[in-house]
Amino acid sequence: MKDTVISVHELTKRFGRFTAVDRISFEVKRGEIFGFLGANGAGKTTAMRMLCGLSYPTSGRGTVAGFDIRSEGERIKRHIGYMSQRFSLYNELTVFENMNFFAGIYGLSRQETARRAGELLERLDFASERNTLVGALPLGWKQKLSFVIASIHRPEVVFLDEPTGGVDPLTRRQFWEMIYEEADKGTTIFVTTHYMDEAEYCSRVSIMVDGRIKALDTPEELKKGFKAGSMDEVFGMLARQARRGE
Amino acid sequence: MRAFIVLLQKEFIQIGRNVFLSRLIVAFPVLVMLIMPLTMTMDVRNVNVAVADADRSPVSNRMISHMEASERITLAGQCGSFAEAMKLLEDGAADIIVEIPSGFERGLAKGERHKISITANAVNAIKGSMGVQYLMQSISSALEEIREGDGTASVSDLVSVQNRFNPTLNYRHYMIPALMIMLFILICGFLPSLSIVGEKESGTIEQINVTPVSRRAFTLSKLIPYWFIGLFVLSIAMLVARLVYGLAPAGSIGAVYLGALLFILTISGFSLTVANFSDTMQQTVFVMFFFIMIFILMSGLLTPVDSMPQWAQTFTLVLPPRYFVDILRSVYLKGASVCELWTSYAALGGFALLFNILAALTYRKQA
Repeated sequence: MKDTVISVHELTKRFGRFTAVDRISFEVKRGEIFGFLGANGAGKTTAMRMLCGLSYPTSGRGTVAGFDIRSEGERIKRHIGYMSQRFSLYNELTVFENMNFFAGIYGLSRQETARRAGELLERLDFASERNTLVGALPLGWKQKLSFVIASIHRPEVVFLDEPTGGVDPLTRRQFWEMIYEEADKGTTIFVTTHYMDEAEYCSRVSIMVDGRIKALDTPEELKKGFKAGSMDEVFGMLARQARRGE
Repeated sequence: MRAFIVLLQKEFIQIGRNVFLSRLIVAFPVLVMLIMPLTMTMDVRNVNVAVADADRSPVSNRMISHMEASERITLAGQCGSFAEAMKLLEDGAADIIVEIPSGFERGLAKGERHKISITANAVNAIKGSMGVQYLMQSISSALEEIREGDGTASVSDLVSVQNRFNPTLNYRHYMIPALMIMLFILICGFLPSLSIVGEKESGTIEQINVTPVSRRAFTLSKLIPYWFIGLFVLSIAMLVARLVYGLAPAGSIGAVYLGALLFILTISGFSLTVANFSDTMQQTVFVMFFFIMIFILMSGLLTPVDSMPQWAQTFTLVLPPRYFVDILRSVYLKGASVCELWTSYAALGGFALLFNILAALTYRKQA
């Protein structure tokens, strides 16, 4: 079942005279891990926010999980999970209280929440931290927790905005294992990252430069096309064309 | 419904775990109600009077000793001349000068009019005018005593004064309801907006915005906790007023709570609206201060609306606290009922509705 989950056509976002996202078009299939690459300020987060119903596009159109991003933002929100660049769970709530809160917001019943929370704590090997205040957790753990909470309601698509920023290599590995597990269950993963080794893990990768998508293919094809040994080189070649400063 | 319950739970947990905030909510009203009524007094005591007695007669002595006996008047000095007394006034040792002209006693007996002159330092207008009033009372009662038995009706027999609703003319009783209102404005006005902007700054609001939670549920979840807190603060304040100052509402307690319920909703809704338009704490606090200043100074909390210029009086009609000031003072001091004050209650209800609809509408999940 390779149906399309995200479809975007000529999507544009302008802030005054600044065009953050410039007529981008792409499609993402169900169960894909879609890597959304770009230097700082290339427009990744802005594009992602439009897909999540946080920001209105200036022009162009798109659908996520079958709903229009301009007019059906609130319906999209039922079907997606979002993990922002900034850690945004409640520090003054415990691990379980955070799970309970977000599960409840998505309308999961009490019993369902308890079952799902137990399952996720198990998977994170976190059962002992159930009643720890989230603010007291180390960053790597917080990031993993954010990820499972973003998928607590079993969304169709999970959007991850630089999920492994500032995290140690071991935790990053574990993090990507979790992403794979989730994708295996049929969840579509839309992830932005700076780490080119992570780009190699993605099913398909798009590279944004100055608000435009400059390349979009599987990592293998991209390397072949650019005659590069690694994604790092591919990215280097494209990012060098950028005219926008950091 | 479950979404709303978890939202509300979260708010209460957050407030409860914030040790500083939860202590403040209890300590603030107690401290304010204990200390402020003692300091916010316009009762004028200790008026310092310098006497320049040029008459030096039994009558003038009688008047001076009468002044000395008055608990509100302190004799700053008896001077030989007006100039000498003026020196005391300029030095700040005296607030008022009483000059008794020579030949005053003789004139009194002959029915001639020798005038006693009173010169007051009116830099502090209230102290000046109240001091003059105290002196007039003292002098006239001294003169009455002297004239006693000569058959003429004395001033106090002709005029009787009765102070209704605040029989002891206690300024505290006038200020206590105002202090309660200030507590509401500070606690229920600041906290909701700080809570929203706090979520904006920490980024958690974005995590909420990406969920299907409705704007109404979110706004209500920010409102209801402060409703409880406000009513709790009111209860503490009323308790302190009763126990420490012996002031209980003359009207029904229900009327007080109904007014408070509507007022808290109004001020919290206003606060949420401000928060929706600000991105940082500084912005919110500054904007809230601006409005709170207007609320406190123009709503009749400290100075009566009736004595403002006409344009200002008209302007107060759009200030929600004005109606609550009216309600609380009338219920507390006059014992007015909800029916008598229905226009004020209705106005508050209207504002509550207006600001909360505005708060829900201006909260944008998608920009």
